Amino acid sequence: MADRYGQLVNTPLGRIISKQVGLPAPTPLERHELGQPVISGPVLLGAASGSRLTGTAASVLASIGAEVSTLVQDEVRRAAADAGLSAAMFNPDTAGREDTFKALVFDASGIKDSDSLREAWSFFHPTIRRVRRSGRVIVLGTPPETGQDPSEAIAQRALEGLVRSIGKEVRQGATAQLLYVAPEGEAVLESALRFFLSPRSAYVSGQVVRITPGDGDQPAVDWEQPLQQRVALVTGAARGIGQAIAEVLARDGAHVVAVDIPAQASQLEAVAQGIGGSWLEADITEEGAPAAIASHLLEHHDGVDAIIHNAGITRDKTLGRMDEALWQQVLAVNLLAPQRIDAELFSREVVREHGRVVCVSSISGIAGNAGQTNYGTSKAGIIGMVQAWAHRTGQRGVTINAVAPGFIETQMTAAMPLATREAGRRMNSLRQGGLPVDVAETVAWLASPASGGLNGNVVRVCGQSLIGA
Amino acid sequence: MNTRRPVAVLGGIRLPFARQNGPYARASNQDMLTATLDALIGKFGLEGQVLGEVAAGAVLKHSRDFNLTRECVLGSRLAAETPAYDVQQACGTGLETAILVGGKIALGQIECGVAGGVDTTSDAPLAVGEDLRQVLLDLSRARTAGARLKALSRIRPQQLMPEIPRNSEPRTGLSMGEHTALMAREWGIGRPEQDELAAESHRKLAAAYDDGFLDDLVMPYLGLERDQNLRPDSTEEKLAKLKPVFGGPEGTMTAGNSTPLSDGASTVLLASEEWAAQRGLTIQAHLVDAETAAVDYVHKREGLLMAPAYAVPPLLDRNGLTLQDFDFYEIHEAFAAQVLCTLRAWEDPVFCRERLGRAEPLGSIERERINVHGGSLAAGHPFAATGGRIIAGLAKTLHERGTGRGLISICAAGGMGVTAIMEANHG
Repeated sequence: MADRYGQLVNTPLGRIISKQVGLPAPTPLERHELGQPVISGPVLLGAASGSRLTGTAASVLASIGAEVSTLVQDEVRRAAADAGLSAAMFNPDTAGREDTFKALVFDASGIKDSDSLREAWSFFHPTIRRVRRSGRVIVLGTPPETGQDPSEAIAQRALEGLVRSIGKEVRQGATAQLLYVAPEGEAVLESALRFFLSPRSAYVSGQVVRITPGDGDQPAVDWEQPLQQRVALVTGAARGIGQAIAEVLARDGAHVVAVDIPAQASQLEAVAQGIGGSWLEADITEEGAPAAIASHLLEHHDGVDAIIHNAGITRDKTLGRMDEALWQQVLAVNLLAPQRIDAELFSREVVREHGRVVCVSSISGIAGNAGQTNYGTSKAGIIGMVQAWAHRTGQRGVTINAVAPGFIETQMTAAMPLATREAGRRMNSLRQGGLPVDVAETVAWLASPASGGLNGNVVRVCGQSLIGA
Repeated sequence: MNTRRPVAVLGGIRLPFARQNGPYARASNQDMLTATLDALIGKFGLEGQVLGEVAAGAVLKHSRDFNLTRECVLGSRLAAETPAYDVQQACGTGLETAILVGGKIALGQIECGVAGGVDTTSDAPLAVGEDLRQVLLDLSRARTAGARLKALSRIRPQQLMPEIPRNSEPRTGLSMGEHTALMAREWGIGRPEQDELAAESHRKLAAAYDDGFLDDLVMPYLGLERDQNLRPDSTEEKLAKLKPVFGGPEGTMTAGNSTPLSDGASTVLLASEEWAAQRGLTIQAHLVDAETAAVDYVHKREGLLMAPAYAVPPLLDRNGLTLQDFDFYEIHEAFAAQVLCTLRAWEDPVFCRERLGRAEPLGSIERERINVHGGSLAAGHPFAATGGRIIAGLAKTLHERGTGRGLISICAAGGMGVTAIMEANHG
């Protein structure tokens, strides 16, 4: 199960050998530890001229206490000053080679036509090789669909290619993301910016996330424990990714109601007890399960704030060999149960205001996978569910989003044949598999009350896998 | 006594500045300052007169020159009854003496006075090392032959090496150039802009000589008629070829865009309007106000030569002016990078907000108004003599224009900055 190759190439001898032979050398990723700052190292802030998000970005950087540098650009200096940032100046022409950054944040929202894309080049060309280990590249843009005219929409859409390519160029555990911030979405940018700057997003790269104004409220949260006073339902919580989700939500302050099938009862109980949560044995495919869950939540917690649809199974066979039972089992657990649970919880008003639904999809649902027609169908259906409900949940501040894990080191992947497993592990920009905690951190971010601006997003936790979009 | 009188600047004169170990190698501070003082006396017909005071100073000074300025007065053609005192505020010395003399005039304590400064980096004071000094002091304290012998027996050959004065900050061990290289890095000041400023300085100073502007401001001395450092044919291209001397191999600061060690002296005559009128002397300008600031470059890591950036804002506020309300800016070019860092700081919203506590940046200055007759990069910079050079030059510039206002900004070792406002005499 463990990534023995990854460990080996990070020994002194392994490093020499892998370098000589030209083997991929995955960098151990920095991951979040309690009490650590959001980002440990200087952040370089830049902007295309006429950008509208620089001030917000500067305020967020100020609120996380980041050490900030800016280029010698009046607009950015002014934004930094207004945010109360004591920002240093950075001039690539005079900077020494030792001037490196933990993160590059570029506000590209001012790019209104394709020629202005050159401004992105001028920002990144002299700086991209100054990104540190486990560094972050974040580009802020305007959703093309909200662009003022076709030129702006085209140029903003072009940023996707830039960011995804940067993700493939940066090395040593660094990641790149594009945050499309809709007009008025600035107010709720903080949650996403914090997540993507921090080691919480260790295994997320090459992602395009849309931020909308939501219901406009940016609730005051304790960023160390944003889920305080919140109740979270996690299905499939007895082991693997579900267990990690339960643990991270609890770490962030939530009371977790852990759900799994009766066969996992003892493991489920152990997980719930370990995090001071409660548990509920239920086979979510049973007809009465949604009602039982709803009643439990109402009775014991007077409702729920976050629903994490994590429970999932695989029953792999090529389509010609797959009998109906295998098809139905997977669809029932992975796609039908989440819909039925949501229907029950929403119709009985179990979900409180500013509720969060986070579904676990899969890269197989995006790219498809041979032998997984049932699984791929169910996980693509989850994406459909997110997109379908995103428009319809809005009025009470409820959001629905999905995470789509790539290769995550679990018992499931440990059971894969060696060649397939190694290919899965290495075929991504970070050249390694993710950990359950990486999925869990992403879920916790989307489940945060501060993430009201995120609705209808599918965020892949795949180290920018070569597979899929 | 409590009314403030206008302080008139009547004019000044200076020696052409020489490079270290150049024509003035054997001239002492006293020689140079006395010669310059006599020239000023001649220029304004002050022979045998008792002036309110003469204030001057030198940064590098021999211990025997403890009363340097008074000795110069006694050696000059002024009446011996003219009091004098020394001032030392590093490169701010020259301007600070004028502020002191001007303050007494403003308060009615004196009617006129001379401000000046002199420095030699060639005839430098050498000191015996601390070990030897202690031995020699013990020797002088000894009362018996045995004690004297005992003290002498402690002398070791290696103690005979003298201590040479160093151009470095005692608390950081860094030279001023190294400190400025740090500032240039912090403010992202590139090599081309520094070289451009240096080349401009040479061009403007050369033009000032050619136009005769400096004819009555600079007097020939020891065979030198123009500043030795001046290279009228200097260009950005030529300067670009020089190797960096500060900030490591990738540094941007060269011998071309840093001031050289120099020798020279300057003096300026200040007076009340009444005193000038009684003698029929023309008032060229007024010294309106001044402000000196210092920064903590040791613990807070502010740039060593950034103090003028802090001194100017309160000076502007007190006089109800903005940074743009000046026709001339005299910013001492200790290093091209120092000037550029200062300008960038005043333009920078972050610096102005975070360090100066101002909602808005002070803004930009029209570059054509800066150091219109050249600056220290071309003329050289005998530390204490620079203030007098600038005051006399600006006074004449304002007088020729007949109207307008000038700002002086001089950075100084120890993290200090001396600034002042002068206005043309509208009378």
